[in-house]
Amino acid sequence: MAKVLVVTSGKGGVGKTTSTAALGAALAQSGKTVVVVDFDVGLRNLDLVMGAERRVVFDLINVIQGDARLTQALIRDKRLDTLALLPASQTRDKDALTAEGVGKVIEELRGKFDWVICDSPAGIEKGATLAMHNADAAVVVTNPEVSSVRDSDRIIGMLDSKTARAARGERIEKHLLLTRYDPQRAQRGEMLKVEDVMEILSIPLLGIIPESEEVLRASNLGAPVTLNAPQSSAGRAYFDAARRLMGETVPQVMPGEKRGLMSKLFGRRVA
Amino acid sequence: MSLFSFFSRTRATAPVARERLQILLAHERAVGGGSDLVATLKEEILAVIAKHFPLERDKVHVKLDRGDAFSTLEIDIEVPTIGKRAGGSAALTLRG
Repeated sequence: MAKVLVVTSGKGGVGKTTSTAALGAALAQSGKTVVVVDFDVGLRNLDLVMGAERRVVFDLINVIQGDARLTQALIRDKRLDTLALLPASQTRDKDALTAEGVGKVIEELRGKFDWVICDSPAGIEKGATLAMHNADAAVVVTNPEVSSVRDSDRIIGMLDSKTARAARGERIEKHLLLTRYDPQRAQRGEMLKVEDVMEILSIPLLGIIPESEEVLRASNLGAPVTLNAPQSSAGRAYFDAARRLMGETVPQVMPGEKRGLMSKLFGRRVA
Repeated sequence: MSLFSFFSRTRATAPVARERLQILLAHERAVGGGSDLVATLKEEILAVIAKHFPLERDKVHVKLDRGDAFSTLEIDIEVPTIGKRAGGSAALTLRG
């Protein structure tokens, strides 16, 4: 049974596209078939983060408008044959996205893949509402920072009221993915703690992705961090999150890398 | 104030962030999350009363306050003069 997942946040720049690529590649490495779908019409970037920007021929809007078949628009990943990308249009107008058209494409994707991961644009406008509309579950990407938490709260409200599941009176699964987390700053009281964000948003935690240099390094190269640096702290955190998405119980390890000399000497551990 | 407490005070900004968010979101959830419900309730109440006597739209006030311990729903309906009886106001407050 296929599962449709939306990766959303409200706020821009918190790591939706990075997380979509990383979770998609992690799920695909476990043998599941995965398609990542870019909903950011006009500002597409998932192709770039996935390293497929030169292979885009047709896009989501072409498929919706009947100018291309779905199979023509899908780009199979060169490193993982279980992973595919459906890019957004870079030139078309956002209005070309219709609820009916998107619904049809998602239904067709459900028949072809185990996981359909929709990368939402920032904001709360049409692109974001259409990206979440057909979802069974949502990953709410949040930074431990006031504006990101506020926008996530708004998006959670929309997930509960504006999705197809909500309209049918069903629950939509919501998962918190805390990104760019610095456990040491949180420990010093300079950054909201995991528990603070969880208490404020009151949705279950999918994972904590620590601030990591490997994330930028991977996007420079056009590779999801779970492919380029699977053993890095961020890579491992994304793999754990992907396993939780598949229903496994994985203990939450507080990312505590980059311990300073003093803390190494005194053997202190972070939370 | 010692040097240590000076530094620790300037550093621990996260509790301020947490408190500001809690206050802000309590307000925003009440406004944003409740607006549809309040509007729907008002329309339905108006429709029910309109079956029995004419009522002006601005005579029905519906207010939803969401609190930590409980929420209150206030419905205030100003009733026009019916027959010989004088007009009055009916108010209903529900807590839950």
